Amino acid sequence: MTEDSSDYRHPLPELEGLTQEFYDLCKEGTLHFQRCAGCRAWRHVPREMCPECGSWDWAWAPSTGRGKVFSWTVVARALHPAFKDDTPYAPVIVEMDEGVRLLTQVTDVAPDALEIDMPVEVAFDAVTPEITLPRFRRAAA
Amino acid sequence: MAESNRSTAILESPIQVTDPACIVGIGETDYVRKPGSGMSALGIQLLAATRAIEEAGLTGKQIDGIMPFPNLGNAEAFAANLGCENLRFASIIHMGGAAPVASLRDAAAAVNSGAANYVLIPGGWNGYSGARVRQTVSQDVSSLPGGEIARDYYLPYGFTAPPQWYSVMARRHMHEFGTKPEQLGCIAVAMRKHAQLNPNAVMRGREMTLDDYLASPMLADPYRFFDCCIETDGAAAVVVTTAERARDLGKHPVSIMAGAAGQPYPADEITNRKDIFRTGLSLAAPEAFQKAGIKPSDIDFAQIYDCFTFEVLQQLEEVGFCKRGEGGPFVEGGRIELGGELPVNTHGGLLSEAHVLGINHIVEAVRQLRGDAGERQVRDAEIGVVTGWGDFGDGSIAILRR
Repeated sequence: MTEDSSDYRHPLPELEGLTQEFYDLCKEGTLHFQRCAGCRAWRHVPREMCPECGSWDWAWAPSTGRGKVFSWTVVARALHPAFKDDTPYAPVIVEMDEGVRLLTQVTDVAPDALEIDMPVEVAFDAVTPEITLPRFRRAAA
Repeated sequence: MAESNRSTAILESPIQVTDPACIVGIGETDYVRKPGSGMSALGIQLLAATRAIEEAGLTGKQIDGIMPFPNLGNAEAFAANLGCENLRFASIIHMGGAAPVASLRDAAAAVNSGAANYVLIPGGWNGYSGARVRQTVSQDVSSLPGGEIARDYYLPYGFTAPPQWYSVMARRHMHEFGTKPEQLGCIAVAMRKHAQLNPNAVMRGREMTLDDYLASPMLADPYRFFDCCIETDGAAAVVVTTAERARDLGKHPVSIMAGAAGQPYPADEITNRKDIFRTGLSLAAPEAFQKAGIKPSDIDFAQIYDCFTFEVLQQLEEVGFCKRGEGGPFVEGGRIELGGELPVNTHGGLLSEAHVLGINHIVEAVRQLRGDAGERQVRDAEIGVVTGWGDFGDGSIAILRR
């Protein structure tokens, strides 16, 4: 597991391979997704090759950082001990301008105030010295 | 029209070149929610397995194929305990709760190809007194659907367990089609009613109204407490063989007319599907009906994998009992209850009989087709469907006939 000196006690991603690259770019302050050099398709989560056209060529491309709420659940009873004191909280699926979706949280909207298609923008959260998670906040329409 | 076309369609089917394989033995343990039975997770499965083998008129030595449930046992251990000294076929389908019904398909193929004569499909756990599934799936990356993807992209946000993964689909369905909580409640209430007629149902004696359902606390909104299946100690098993051997056994065989399985795309990541309602069953169901040469309207009952209420509604749509988006109205008015147009989960399902990984759904389908379902018998049941649902939406289906 990731070791650090902070008191952050929630699960963290394992920094290896493409996942390390994804989170390192978050730490640098811009949300990036993979973009195929062949067919220009965006993709998330990171994959080795393009499932649309078969190309192995791709690059990390910057996202607008903007999207809208696609769906969510409100966890009233945590089923993982690390989230016991966080309830109610809402894991949210955000659909980005680029078309890819990611699982995240919207930090400044109460779970019962979330709405489908609500505009949101990325708001990075440096939870440890090594790891910055992309979370979101409400954006202007 | 459906009636008149059915028999000719079967005769003309180009795919069925041999008599369909049969289920010849079923076995179950007691289903309980109380401090440990004292049996190990393997022991409880062995108990169900021995009952299924005996019921088929077989001995352990004759079992030469075993398909354990993923992460809950291995064929070697089953064989060593049951005395299967001629084990030739051992296979595990990694589709979570869709595995047992997918295993029916593969067991049928195995016996019809000669890879095995008698295939045992066991499953069970101390799901109440032992490690709860809610804990194991979220804290053991090897049993977590999506594996490292879930660890690296879901767990940091507290998206850790099945009711959470699936409730985002339920919410989207509510948004797109106007599906209501009361309609999910109709499913929970129907399963609970059926459980009252089943002596082995955990929820027998504990009736539930729609108001009870609506008053139950939220767990993973829109899922309430009563939208969720019941973690149970228990096990079940079935034995599959060829039609010819089934006749020799002189039992009351139930034919596997067709089986199919499928995966959503991508299967390992639940948020980036172009069509979030296209699950494994969306692929598997048309294949199964095509193979069987029948239509959903020919089905007398359905045992639908009901880990949560919305999954029943969603699978009813993808099997084709109603159109996509119409599952909400479809489950209203008693249509899925005994006496209704399509009785669903006549044993009470995972929601009210027991969570035995859906093997109990296969067992119940066999009982119905044998006419052995007692108070909850579907009159003149001739053809039934069983489905499985697992991981991030893997699906399986078997069409069974008496």
